[in-house]
Amino acid sequence: MTTTEPERTGSLLKILGVTKMYSQPDNYDILVLDDINLAVERGQFVALLGPSGSGKSTLLRIVTGLSEPSFGTVLYRGRPVSGPNPHASMVFQSFALYPWLTVQQNVELGLTAKGIGLAARREKAIRLIDLIGLNGYEDAFPKELSGGMRQRVGFARALAVDPELLCMDEPFSALDFLTAENLRSELLDLWIDAKIPLQAILMVTHGIEEAVYMADRIIILSKNPARIAEDLAISLPYPRNRKSAEFVQLVDLVYKIVTGSDEDQKARPIQLGPQHKNIQTPEGERARLSPIPYGHLSMLTGLLELVSDRGGRDDLYRLGAELLLEVDDLLPVTDTAELFHLAQVDEGDLILTEQGRRFADVDVAERKNIIRRELIAIPIFRLIERVLASKSNHAMALDFFLDILEEHFSKEQAERQLMLAINWARFADLFHYDTDTELLYLADDQIDDAEVIENGTGRDHSERIE
Amino acid sequence: MIGSQQSESSSGYADIFIGIAILAGISLVIAWATHQSHGLPETGGISLAYGKLPLYAAYSWLRMAVAYVISLAFTMVYAYYAAYNKRAEKILIPLLDILQSIPILSFLPVVLLAFIGLFPHSHLGVNLASIILIFTGQVWNMVFALYHGLITIPRDLRESALSLQLTPWQRFRTLELPFSMGGLVWNSMMSWSGGWFFLMAAEMFSLGHHQYQLQGLGSYLQTAANQGRWGKEVLGLAALIAVIVAMDQLVWRPLLAWSDKFKMEMVEGEVQFHSAVLVMLRRSRIVGWLQTAVLIPVVEAVDGFFGVGIPQWRARSTWIGSLTGLLRTLITAAVIFALFTALEGGIRLAASLNLQTVLIVSLATGATLLRVVASLAISVAWTVPVGVWIGLNPRYAKSLTPISQIAASVPATALFPGLVALLFVLGGGLTIASVLLMVLGTQWYILFNVIAGASAIPEDLKEAARMFGLKGSHIWRTLILPAIFPYLITGIITAGGGAWNASIVAEYVSFRDHIYTTFGVGALIAKDSTDGHFAALLLATSVLSLTVVIINRLVWRPLYRQATDRYSLS
Repeated sequence: MTTTEPERTGSLLKILGVTKMYSQPDNYDILVLDDINLAVERGQFVALLGPSGSGKSTLLRIVTGLSEPSFGTVLYRGRPVSGPNPHASMVFQSFALYPWLTVQQNVELGLTAKGIGLAARREKAIRLIDLIGLNGYEDAFPKELSGGMRQRVGFARALAVDPELLCMDEPFSALDFLTAENLRSELLDLWIDAKIPLQAILMVTHGIEEAVYMADRIIILSKNPARIAEDLAISLPYPRNRKSAEFVQLVDLVYKIVTGSDEDQKARPIQLGPQHKNIQTPEGERARLSPIPYGHLSMLTGLLELVSDRGGRDDLYRLGAELLLEVDDLLPVTDTAELFHLAQVDEGDLILTEQGRRFADVDVAERKNIIRRELIAIPIFRLIERVLASKSNHAMALDFFLDILEEHFSKEQAERQLMLAINWARFADLFHYDTDTELLYLADDQIDDAEVIENGTGRDHSERIE
Repeated sequence: MIGSQQSESSSGYADIFIGIAILAGISLVIAWATHQSHGLPETGGISLAYGKLPLYAAYSWLRMAVAYVISLAFTMVYAYYAAYNKRAEKILIPLLDILQSIPILSFLPVVLLAFIGLFPHSHLGVNLASIILIFTGQVWNMVFALYHGLITIPRDLRESALSLQLTPWQRFRTLELPFSMGGLVWNSMMSWSGGWFFLMAAEMFSLGHHQYQLQGLGSYLQTAANQGRWGKEVLGLAALIAVIVAMDQLVWRPLLAWSDKFKMEMVEGEVQFHSAVLVMLRRSRIVGWLQTAVLIPVVEAVDGFFGVGIPQWRARSTWIGSLTGLLRTLITAAVIFALFTALEGGIRLAASLNLQTVLIVSLATGATLLRVVASLAISVAWTVPVGVWIGLNPRYAKSLTPISQIAASVPATALFPGLVALLFVLGGGLTIASVLLMVLGTQWYILFNVIAGASAIPEDLKEAARMFGLKGSHIWRTLILPAIFPYLITGIITAGGGAWNASIVAEYVSFRDHIYTTFGVGALIAKDSTDGHFAALLLATSVLSLTVVIINRLVWRPLYRQATDRYSLS
């Protein structure tokens, strides 16, 4: 600790061209972070905001040295980070407390690692436990505490080692609303009144309100792969009032950026980064496999009915707040609605299309028809349908499609995508899946439909190549 | 759960290598056995005096304890290596999978001869042989428990250990060991009770007309049965049960209750082990004093000794690294040399085989297989109805459980001498008796699993069945059998292993200075060992191991996977 004299000049933390890829078999790497450049100054509370799966947690782990970037470097006080950064400390979404250690022992853990003696360790831990409002609970085990108290232990443990940089990975999202609110304002008090010797805070979150409420700078990340979409300074004075006009305006603005940046992504063709080698097959089929959003069809139906009752247009931020849904839960559903041409998102509003209005009105059978027509146009479904139709027994093993998908997605994602596709296809009666035999197959009444598709797209495909 | 995991990690190459290594291992032991000198030490008779019983119990316990300590040490090294070295994992884990399904007891005669040959004219060889047998019988599931613990440590806990800069030693004592503790304690308990099975067999085994009996409870039971002293036989069994129950109450139960605190769950679990002994220890002032005055300072000192902070550790690791590298190369070379010589010897032995021997070994294995299947069928036939009845009537389950637990804790091999004597008195040859002996060793596993399965059927499913008026065979087919299926399969897999293990002691029995045998691979192995037919012995043990491994792979593992995928109620 004493070997490196703190440098008072320059940024505390510099992220230079950090790129992260997960390599796949067959050289199809998945790009998670794409050329992230960011400098964090002393005294800043920075929120990293982005939809789930946008790689923000990965970025946080690279900053703390828990994970290594594929390209680029992280400079901490001008020195490259390699291995866990001793000046940074981490607060986890899941608390990551050791259930077999008491509150006191958990807080002492980082001090033990530094070789601090028993007495000094005790005293320091007790001071932090007091500071964080847990006095009296020193001998309790984590499982005897409520969620909010557990996260207090998480904070105390992270702060015990006197870090300069506090990294928080969605620290409040596993807590109930009131507890989270309480803990947020207490942490802010500690930070603003400088009761803790922190130089900067970096918080990963998907809560827009949370980011606007706490941070003085918001970095908005886009998805697939993560790039910095926006770097916003929030100059509202603390303590912030959620009801104030400026606050609401800011939240609305961030909402628009978040939903809008996602829009940009969709317009672009599939993201196969420049580093991708070995794309031997013709562009046609492979390049069109983009992931389908993880929207629940029942939630989609409910949402469309609700918006239809309100005249076919509603503000997404207001909808989310009303339904107690984070933007993270809402986005996959609106993405699905857009995919099926049932609605579109514009300026933070959800607007039903002609088809969307009809969908909200008709009965289940007709809804299934609409979805089926839409599914047939989506590459992943067209691929499955075409393979099944061309087989003489109209059946194919799940693994076959998994292998195909794994060339485009990670193993887990491929499985999730295929399971979702099967779920949708079952709803729309497009094809069947037998869990026991692990076969996808066409029932008799589905075969005729499939052959039409096969002929149609087959021609389409050959034209494309020429 | 564990089964499916291993199959994925094993590759074709690894399997071939492992097969060769195991074959070489077998021929290594047999090669040792061939060098045994004549004039083996005959052990003095076993005294049936009451006063000797505590001493014999202590001897038996000591053998168990030594084997357990060796197992624990082996577990730490093997599991660590497998969990943290990706290349080693590819070999070590499939190897483990095969080793734990091989019927270890079939090696009893060979191992016994090999160790007597190694330490002629002393009891050390026989003692070592029994310890090695217990060790090989109990170590594998302990290794699996620790390995499984190490690889399933949640990512956030690992990351927090890293970001708090814990040293490898601190990581071991605050994260890795505590996280694996539950599985390790549970499997240690299972291993310990499995160990009695092997110890009893090893203590009372006689080859030909030589008695290598070790002084212990096993030989006491054997002698008492041979002399027809039924009172002593019952007394010996009572002593054995007393030792087992004492171990359970004084060691395993407190340990289990203690390991509860290492469970990862963040809410209090439903099933909690309670141990009065543990509560007493925790409240005891002496223990408290030992903790503050001895344990904590020692831990602090060890923490200090193992260095502070990862950077220092890394700096020091350069010469440690080169040293371990050299050591590893040397060990690898030695292992390869040993495997090579053993394999070469094995091949020379195999060359002397003729077609007739091969035929006999195959037929004998088939005969034993039939016996194993018959014993499983008998066990299933009576345990399923009884187990379901008990499981569906919780009131009976409560009062019957302690009794059946004690009954099951008695190692089947301990009952063999008495049972053999009884069967011979009643008439009926060993052909039937051997099946009954196997049933004795297998039925409990199945019964307990069936009871557990039946009592786990959710109330709402039972109510739905009642509402629709399902009756008789219909309710069995749609509700009971599917619900208990995963439990039944688990029970049968364990029971099958037990039956193969029991084959050697069930097919080759010494009673009142006579050796009784029946046609089977177990008897063949014992006979070949005594007669010095080492080529046939090599063939028989290899064929037996291969048969069991193949049956596990082709029958039980797919069934188990289907059971957990399809019929699991959680």
